[in-house]
Amino acid sequence: MKTKERIIEAGLKFSSLITVLTTLGILWVLLSQSLVFFGEVSIIEFLTSREWTPLFENKHYGILPLLAGTALTTFVAIAVALPLGITIAIYLSEYASAPIRNTFKPLLEILAAVPTVVYGFFALTVVTPFLKGILPELATFNALSAGLVMGVMIIPMVSSLSEDALRAVPNSLREAAYGMGSTRLQTAFRVLVPAASSGIVVSVLLAISRAIGETMIVTIAAGQQPNLTFNPMETVETITAYIVQVSLGDVPHGSIEYRTIFAAGLMLFVLTFILNNISYFVKKRYQQQYE
Amino acid sequence: MEEIIEIEKTVTSEKHRAEQPADAKHTENPVRPKLETRGVNVFYGDNQVITDVSITMKEKSVTALIGPSGCGKSTFLRLFNRMNDYIKVFRKEGDICIDGKDIYSPSVHVEDLRKMVGMVFQKPNPFPKTIYENVAYGLRIQGVNDKNILDEAVEQSLKSAALWNEVRSNLKKSALALSGGQQQRLCIARALAVNPSILLMDEPASALDPIATAKIEELIHRLKEDYTIVIVTHNMQQAGRVSDMTAFFYLGKLIEYTETKKLFTSPENEMTENYITGRFG
Repeated sequence: MKTKERIIEAGLKFSSLITVLTTLGILWVLLSQSLVFFGEVSIIEFLTSREWTPLFENKHYGILPLLAGTALTTFVAIAVALPLGITIAIYLSEYASAPIRNTFKPLLEILAAVPTVVYGFFALTVVTPFLKGILPELATFNALSAGLVMGVMIIPMVSSLSEDALRAVPNSLREAAYGMGSTRLQTAFRVLVPAASSGIVVSVLLAISRAIGETMIVTIAAGQQPNLTFNPMETVETITAYIVQVSLGDVPHGSIEYRTIFAAGLMLFVLTFILNNISYFVKKRYQQQYE
Repeated sequence: MEEIIEIEKTVTSEKHRAEQPADAKHTENPVRPKLETRGVNVFYGDNQVITDVSITMKEKSVTALIGPSGCGKSTFLRLFNRMNDYIKVFRKEGDICIDGKDIYSPSVHVEDLRKMVGMVFQKPNPFPKTIYENVAYGLRIQGVNDKNILDEAVEQSLKSAALWNEVRSNLKKSALALSGGQQQRLCIARALAVNPSILLMDEPASALDPIATAKIEELIHRLKEDYTIVIVTHNMQQAGRVSDMTAFFYLGKLIEYTETKKLFTSPENEMTENYITGRFG
């Protein structure tokens, strides 16, 4: 019996170790390859140069255009997902009856289950032509369409986590608000949203993190042209789209061009790592709030 | 029907019902009831939780509602600011009037009603905002944003709730940093800030220590001068100390309603006597 227990325990430990080792392995590859890259390209140039042309004759290695592309599509996505997600969360948690909530929520979560490649083509073949009808100067590949569609994709993430946060607000606060003569809307916006703010912030941070890492939609719909711009009508290239471009291209392994994707990948990793950690700490604080 | 007849033998409120028309003739009569219910039944689905309760309460008096858990006293209290409305299966029959006006009539906006009828809950429930914003909340939702008016109302309300001296230099601090007793007085101040005429208190001291409880009771004594107070309490000594009238509820029925002194010294009903002497409940 004792040995059996020990074997089971070892098995459990091994399973969890695999995930940790995988993360460490990825980190090691990113760091070691990036280190070689930064041996040839100064980190100053990487972070400050305004051009990203490693695949051209005249090579520049400035990550800023890619970062701008990522920031731009993410910004558009959050501009869609934040207001809609929170509105939906308030509706579901404070207005909807149980049957409506129980039907609506799974339907909403289908949005998150649609394969991203489908979203990508939807953005390119439906949203972009539609928007071109309104904005004729819109580029065929543009940050706007990709961002809008990505925003729709992450709505369930914002709404679902925000709804959890709103529902976690103790009923005593709802009673207090209603007892003071608040309308439902006043109760929601003046009492519940502030009381659930840390949970809502977490949902948005995780959604941003998701949008930064999103690859397929932006690769298909936003284009592959590094562009230091904040105009969503233009063609851009995100960090993720660049990594796809090089991974699928004919760049020889081991070359400096090839190593750029590890530096870009490290950048991506650092960004999402920071965001996830901030949300972790915010979440910890909010869990304590009502205990 | 049988139940109701049985109750009528014991319920003193029957007398009040008979007195009512006499009062109604003199509209300026100073003893006209502030709060009044007539033949109120409350149902949660098929379950009747209040049975034929008729009661009148005078202006600027304190009425205690006592009775064992589940006797319907909290449900009854919440009829006066319509806090039961949110319960889907809630249904009531009979009239509930404030100043002679039916508060369940379609012309009454529940938000306006609640500005007139403040409520203090069992567990202190300040908003996770500053002390100042807690008290200012009621005025802010009415659209008052003038700093002078708010400052004045916050100070007055905190003074009325006997909290001003303890928090005057910390108005920008989070209300959640206050002690339980202070939080409860803050909740009272928050209710007072919109100038209600009635205060409903649902076991306001049950979560507090004896010293904080004593402060709340003292406060109720002073608030009586300006407000009509209805308080639900589990604590019979408390009912004895703070109230003018006491109503004893049992299984959703009003068993006895009379002056507090009389109810605790010479109750007419045997059930009341058994309850106040601790034989059940």
